[in-house]
Amino acid sequence: MWASWQAEAIKMVRRPGTWLLLTVAVVLSLVFTYLAPYAAYADGSGGVLSDRALDALLPDRLVGNSIGGLPVFIGAIALILAVLTVGAEYAWGTWKTLLTQGPSRLAVYLGKLLVLAAATLVLVLTLFAVGALASLLIAVAESQPVHWPAVGDLALGIGSGWLISMVWAGFGVLLAVLLRGVALPIGLGLVWLLAVQNLLAAVAAPILDWVAELQKGLPGPNAGALAAAFGAGSDTPGVAAVVGGGQAAVVLAGYLLGFVLLAGAYLHRRDIL
Amino acid sequence: MDIQTTGLTRRFGKVTALHSVDLAIPGGMYGLLGANGAGKTTLMRILAGVLPPSGGQVRVGGHDLTTSAGRLAVQRRLGYLPQDLGLYPDLSPREFLDYVGLLKGLDDTRARHRQVDELLELVALTEVAGRRMKGFSGGMRRRVGIAQALLGDPALIVVDEPTAGLDPEERVRFRTLLAGLAGHRTVLLSTHIVEDVAQTCQHAAVMAGGRVVYTGMVTDLVRVGEGATWEVTSSGPAPTVGVVVSAISRTDGTHYRVVSSSRPSPDAVPVPPSLEDGYVALMQRASARAHTVPGGLRLPS
Ligand SMILES: Nc1ncnc2c1ncn2[C@@H]1O[C@H](COP(=O)(O)OP(=O)(O)O)[C@@H](O)[C@H]1O
Ligand SMILES: [Mg+2]
Repeated sequence: MWASWQAEAIKMVRRPGTWLLLTVAVVLSLVFTYLAPYAAYADGSGGVLSDRALDALLPDRLVGNSIGGLPVFIGAIALILAVLTVGAEYAWGTWKTLLTQGPSRLAVYLGKLLVLAAATLVLVLTLFAVGALASLLIAVAESQPVHWPAVGDLALGIGSGWLISMVWAGFGVLLAVLLRGVALPIGLGLVWLLAVQNLLAAVAAPILDWVAELQKGLPGPNAGALAAAFGAGSDTPGVAAVVGGGQAAVVLAGYLLGFVLLAGAYLHRRDIL
Repeated sequence: MDIQTTGLTRRFGKVTALHSVDLAIPGGMYGLLGANGAGKTTLMRILAGVLPPSGGQVRVGGHDLTTSAGRLAVQRRLGYLPQDLGLYPDLSPREFLDYVGLLKGLDDTRARHRQVDELLELVALTEVAGRRMKGFSGGMRRRVGIAQALLGDPALIVVDEPTAGLDPEERVRFRTLLAGLAGHRTVLLSTHIVEDVAQTCQHAAVMAGGRVVYTGMVTDLVRVGEGATWEVTSSGPAPTVGVVVSAISRTDGTHYRVVSSSRPSPDAVPVPPSLEDGYVALMQRASARAHTVPGGLRLPS
């Protein structure tokens, strides 16, 4: 198991795509959470509204700001990372290479999940670190007091961000195993994350009560609700407090478990050699 | 490690890929010759412990491969180069071998690195050891493949059609490399190319339609073609009796080499058989017996 995890880590670290995805996540998060709002604030002529806009960029809002992108955009990155980790073995014909070396399918699968868990944790920590730096710079530039969130909130926030990104990673793993490849799982995963979720939330839910109810059980809205519970801006796509934070966390954990077990069972059963 | 199979059978749904195969494979280099679809890969996957048999007995180095414990034990002791081994394009040969070494449980980092370097040297990949494998030629990929099979110094090496798709020079080189490995190991080489076996193996088995149709010395396989190999010179149509193994156009007409149990035409001249002729004669007999025609037979001229 330890060997499988080490072996998976080698592949993940050596894949240029991994680093590209991390960079894209950081840039997206910086631009939309800090740079664009700050530029708008700096352009404006002051007043109550823009004071609130500045407040939203300061260090004490770090937790919400750092995980606000995870329900949709950064979540998509976690999904792509997971599809690459699992689906590329089909695309390159390397399952055979991997599974004839001795470790059982279960060990190999757990190794992949562990390495994804590590990668998404790194992703979330990086978002927090970059956000901390950006908010600190803004606070100093605008001569605002620097108040960091409480350690407990920070830890809970990081944990929640990790959970959300693992749910999307788990979704990616399941798609990759079911569709046995890379391109189609990424395509379909993104259609769900970026298009279907938005359509459901923005078009269908407001006019159909049952869709609004259904939303409360879907992973995306629950991820959005969890992020909202940590103060993520409600203008961030996908972030809305449709359910409480605690409930959202439980539903998300259920999805993660479901995705991972389903994918594992399917991988175990199918003949891939 | 010696290999023993008795009544080994494997079915995939309605297809029976192996019909009651009996084999006793001693040490050294052993050839497994057969056309595409003969069941070579299925047999090798079973021997490598990655596929359970449907029936019969199979023991490798004393381990019973019908049990999952036996399959695991064998997997730990053998090197397997599957047909079409997938490689990671972003890894270099050195990283890839290190990766496989980890999976094989070579935990001592320094010893593993030393072994990787030795193997890179052995398969002549030291110069490109740090380059990404994306864009490697077929021959280079195959050499990476044999190096990964050799990690952990296994006593048994199973290589499935390693020369398919290589150019002649690479094929010769790869064959020589394999033959060099057989010193203190058992090397089981499957191929559909008669020449591979002729050049490297003393003993071989021939498979057709999921059955073993010959086992024994490679030199004895030539004898199967005795009295069944003919040359026919004709400026008309090709002979219709038997299998034409070569046709060379000369000034006096086309010289056909024909393998046939009966004289293919009145003017046919018997000639001494080659290994290939012996193989073709064997295939004819096997198909006459089993009423199955071996398809996809490739005969290099
Ligand atoms: N996984 C599989 N599922 C179904 N049929 C298979 C499978 N593997 C092999 N076969 C069938 O078994 C027969 C033998 O195949 P194989 O062992 O690959 O032969 P060879 O390696 O000699 O070309 C073929 O008819 C092939 O179609
Ligand atoms: Mg084959």
